[in-house]
Amino acid sequence: MLSHYTYPQYPSRLPPGVAPGVGIAHAPLVVVGAGPIGLAAAIDAAQRGQNVVLLDEDDTVSLGSRGLCYAKRTLEIFDRLGVGDAIVDKGVTWNTGRVFHEDHQVYHFALLDAPSYRRPGMVNLQQYYLEQYLVDRVAKLPQVALCWKNKVIAAQAGADGVTLDVETPDGSYRLQADWLIVADGARSPVRKMLGFDAEGRVFQDRFLIADVAMHADFPAERWFWFDPPFHPGQSVLLHRQADDIWRIDFQLGWDADPEAEKRPEQVIPRIRAMLDHKGYHDVKFSLEWVSVYTFQCRRMPHFRQGRALFAGDAAHQVSPFGARGANSGIQDIDNLIWKLDLVMRGKAPAALLDSYDAERTAAADENILNSTRSTDFITPKSPVAQRYRDATLQLAAHYPFARGMVNSGRLSTPTHLWNSSLCTLDTDHFDCLLRPGSPMDDAPIERDGQPGWLLQELGGDFTLLLFTDRPEMLGSVLTDLDPQGSGQVSTRWVVVSEQPGTLPGAVVLQDVRHFAAERYDAREGTVYLIRPDQHIAARWRHPNAAQVRAALARACGH
Amino acid sequence: MELILEPHFVDDQQPSPYGYMASDAFYAELLDAHEGLSVEQSALLDAKLILLLANHIGKLSVLRTALRAARSEQIAATTPQMESRSA
Repeated sequence: MLSHYTYPQYPSRLPPGVAPGVGIAHAPLVVVGAGPIGLAAAIDAAQRGQNVVLLDEDDTVSLGSRGLCYAKRTLEIFDRLGVGDAIVDKGVTWNTGRVFHEDHQVYHFALLDAPSYRRPGMVNLQQYYLEQYLVDRVAKLPQVALCWKNKVIAAQAGADGVTLDVETPDGSYRLQADWLIVADGARSPVRKMLGFDAEGRVFQDRFLIADVAMHADFPAERWFWFDPPFHPGQSVLLHRQADDIWRIDFQLGWDADPEAEKRPEQVIPRIRAMLDHKGYHDVKFSLEWVSVYTFQCRRMPHFRQGRALFAGDAAHQVSPFGARGANSGIQDIDNLIWKLDLVMRGKAPAALLDSYDAERTAAADENILNSTRSTDFITPKSPVAQRYRDATLQLAAHYPFARGMVNSGRLSTPTHLWNSSLCTLDTDHFDCLLRPGSPMDDAPIERDGQPGWLLQELGGDFTLLLFTDRPEMLGSVLTDLDPQGSGQVSTRWVVVSEQPGTLPGAVVLQDVRHFAAERYDAREGTVYLIRPDQHIAARWRHPNAAQVRAALARACGH
Repeated sequence: MELILEPHFVDDQQPSPYGYMASDAFYAELLDAHEGLSVEQSALLDAKLILLLANHIGKLSVLRTALRAARSEQIAATTPQMESRSA
């Protein structure tokens, strides 16, 4: 299987300064697991100037498509990490989903209504491509030592770091990490070595997942069937991926035999029946990869344990409906790395990392809640649940309110961290969806007459976003408000203006289509303090320097 | 007042930026309320719930429209249409 993709085989190496069997080597930051989450962590840390040792026991990328859908917010993070274009160019962009019940369409939906965002609602891309592009990006960052075939066999946490015993083809070594990011997946051997577990719910259902190569003119849409004639009593999900590879998930039920269901003679008739149902009798296909999976919704009680930080599936797992696994893992990294960087540089107290735990366990709870509800809708676990689901689907064919209740997966959206201790509560009135704790909303802008995007201009530092129509008049405002000198954390000024202009010490963006002003409910003089992960820390109509200083200190965990 | 057929759920205790959260929460709590009940007990719970909500609505023209819709009579010219952000 897998005829279309050639797996790279990456060479093994040792971390810098490591000689097998000789003493204990030291590294300020070690990441375990070179999947999407660990690779993103290494890239983000390296972009901030940290040296990173990234360990992985294997020497290639993900087998089979696995993680599949990347949501708009995740793509925005990938842009910051320098891989957004590669992913979007290769992937399949889609905005439309269709839901079918039995033999008819119940409704269809659009994720985004506008070309007023840089990134689409969703891009589908096989996980092996995603990992390959992240590895390519790592290769351009000399701060990262990506060590394939380096298997952690023991981990011991101490007050000043974590000691790892590592086996490689070139011998074994011991490594003392000041900080450790654990991103070695759902089974997370390192989590177990450190003595931690994830708790939650196992779902009694099995799903067949198949990557299928075929030339079919299905549109690039998400199709979900409840109880279709070709697979009665169960659900089916179809997604298009890159290279004319289609991903099909068949719900099998708890009693299915996973080994028997994986056999081609079992899988092929299921796919044939689906194609015949859609009238594609002549379409030929071949199997690229097949697996049968069960899933759990669970998380660790805390994602920070001293000097060890847990991210992605190692910290939390969800059911696949809603694409909330890989997407939330990338958002963990977005949240974690700027904090860890400030702490490692002594610019913020270690307690800032407790906000990673607080913010991302809250996000994990939201993801688990949503994916659990989707799973309960898709797999009714009682006659009552079955009856309510059937009623919802029947009403949904006629009435909009019931369409909103059909739950075939609530697709990944970022968590608004409204309750975070890093936020400064509003003292001024704003009338928009965004609040302190919300992720920024992108908007089309122009810079020096060239079209661009607001998020593109944000960089990876704290930003003060000032809305004005008179940029030339504001030199003194910037000086008056500048929180420099109050701490060691630097901020950048970005000015958003309806008129073109220049201002020394600031990037000036022109809000030519007024999307930015509208999305941020901005008036003359409105200021937003933006965190390095593009979340809103605070905002004011007319702040003074003391307010800005206090909000910045709060956002840094002081 | 006419029978409301557009999404109308609001979580006044735990607001969310995402519209589906409120109706999903109700749906989950509705099924939780049925947890552990026999078929007869479940049907009785549904009956009590309908009576409570009917009294809250009160207006008979609205309730009559709802009765017709529940009996699968077409009550308004709505066809499956594009739903924005209702993934």
